Parts: sequence; structure tokens; C-alpha cells
Amino acid sequence: MQPLDPADQTTPASAAGPMPPGVPFEAPAVDPEQWPEAHGDLLFAFALSRVRDPGLAQDLVQEAFLAALKARSSFRGQSTERAWLLGILRNKLIDHYRRQQRQRDFVEMETLEPEDDPFENRGPGKDGWRHASAPRRWSAPDEALMRKEFHEVLRGCVGRLPAQAAMVFQMREVDDISSEEICKELGLSPNNLWVILHRSRMALRRCLEANWFGRPR
Amino acid sequence: MLNCRQVTRLVSQSLEVRLPWRQRLVVRIHLCYCVWCRRYSRQIRFLRRAGRHALAADLEAPPEVALPPEVKARLRERLREALKEPPPPR
Repeated sequence: MQPLDPADQTTPASAAGPMPPGVPFEAPAVDPEQWPEAHGDLLFAFALSRVRDPGLAQDLVQEAFLAALKARSSFRGQSTERAWLLGILRNKLIDHYRRQQRQRDFVEMETLEPEDDPFENRGPGKDGWRHASAPRRWSAPDEALMRKEFHEVLRGCVGRLPAQAAMVFQMREVDDISSEEICKELGLSPNNLWVILHRSRMALRRCLEANWFGRPR
Repeated sequence: MLNCRQVTRLVSQSLEVRLPWRQRLVVRIHLCYCVWCRRYSRQIRFLRRAGRHALAADLEAPPEVALPPEVKARLRERLREALKEPPPPR
């Protein structure tokens, strides 16, 4: 822990808990020993949704905690402690994927199973939607965003994607990492990335329609 | 003219990069008369909104999975040990 400036208005850094409201503070006090209890479950769930393997997810959470501990002096309170830890965990996940990924895995995603093809040929160059696969009208989709159940369904749909595609989709659409950065981190060409995202969106759209928007309510 | 297979691919791509104007034009023309591709375009944009929302939801919602207590204890111990080490140079 850093020594406190006596002129500081803050309460002493300790395991005492959150600051009383209205007390101004400079650098926030971090208490790494509390992190597993306070944030462990959430970080674990986050990692598990990306790597699928519980043992690996635990290892990554541990790596993130240890890295955060080393970097604790750089936490300036611009975000919550939880969001800061999540950012560090996200970097660990990217490192993991950079170490693990093989170009071949991503390229294999480009092949399409014939029975999954939502399009059919209707003449030379005329590949249109199969009637059964064509997008239906979704009523009030943005209202679904407020529902906890919807996010559970979405998580389930993402979970059904191949692991690498789920990772890429989440990096782009949840974590808002730029295309250029994803390509750079994972060694993908822009075209690889577009194909993965396109296939993922196709699958997720269909999954959401089957499991949420298409269901009678 | 473009078919639906091509248009859906380009619509998805347009979420990452700006298409060349000629492609933008033919896509737009196709979307004028194809209600299904129009829906597709709206729905993948919704997926993007849902993804961004999911991050906020992840941060707040209590997770369904939990770390076993012994794992938390082990992590706490590791952190306690690491705290005893000299602080890293600034």
C-alpha cells in the first residue's frame, strides 16, 4: 500500500470498506486481498464465457489479479475497481488467444454446412433467402435489452458459436475493440475477420429468433 | 445486381469498414426492394446494441457461476504473499 499524504482528506486505507459519501478523495485505496471475494465470481464468469474451460478461466483470473496487484499504483479511480480489473482480465484473454490461436481454426470457420445454408439458388447468380430461414419481423427488440432473461438467451446463443468465433464476436461487439486491433492481436486478415463476424451474426440472429423473438409470448 | 447472399455479406462488412461507394449503392438498391435483407441489416445492428448492453449487464448482474470458496481462499493467499514482496519500481 502507498503511504498516505497527511493532508489527504481520505479515511485511512484499510480493509474498512467503502468511503463514506461526500468525502473527497485522491487516489482510491485498493485492497487486493478483498478482490477474490468482491470480484472473483464476476471475473470468473467473464473468463468462462470466453474460454469455456473452468480450469483455464481460474488460471486467467489469477493472472489478472496478480497483474492488477503489480499495477495497483496505476489505478486512479477513473473507473470502478471492478471495471479496471475486468480490463486487465480482458488483456489476459487476448494474450491467451494470441498464444493459442491457429490461423487454420479461423479459416475452417469459412466453410458452410449445406443444411445450414439460409440461401438457395433461384437461377444463375440469384441466391435468395430460403423462405424458412428468412428473417422474421422482431417486435420491440430494444425493449428486450432491459430483460435479464434476454441476456441469458443471448449468452446461450454466443455459447453455441465455435470458441474462436465467440471470442472474436465478443471482442468486437461487447468489448468494442476495433477491427484493426483484433486483426493485429489475433493475426487475422481483415477478410478473415469479416467472414468470422458475418458467420457469427448469421448464427446469432437465427438463434435469437428461434429462442426469443420468434417464440409466442 | 447483387443477390441476398452477397448483400448480407456486404451489410455485415459495412459494420466494420466503409464500403466503396459503388457497392454501397447496389446494396442500398437491393435493400429498397428486399424486405428480408432489410430486416437482416436491422437485426445485426441490434446485435451490436445488444452486445454493448451485455457488457454493462455483465458488470452488474450477479453471475450464475461462482468460484468455489477454496479457490477464493487460495487466490487471497497468493495475493497476500505477493503484497509482501517489495513494491515494483514506479
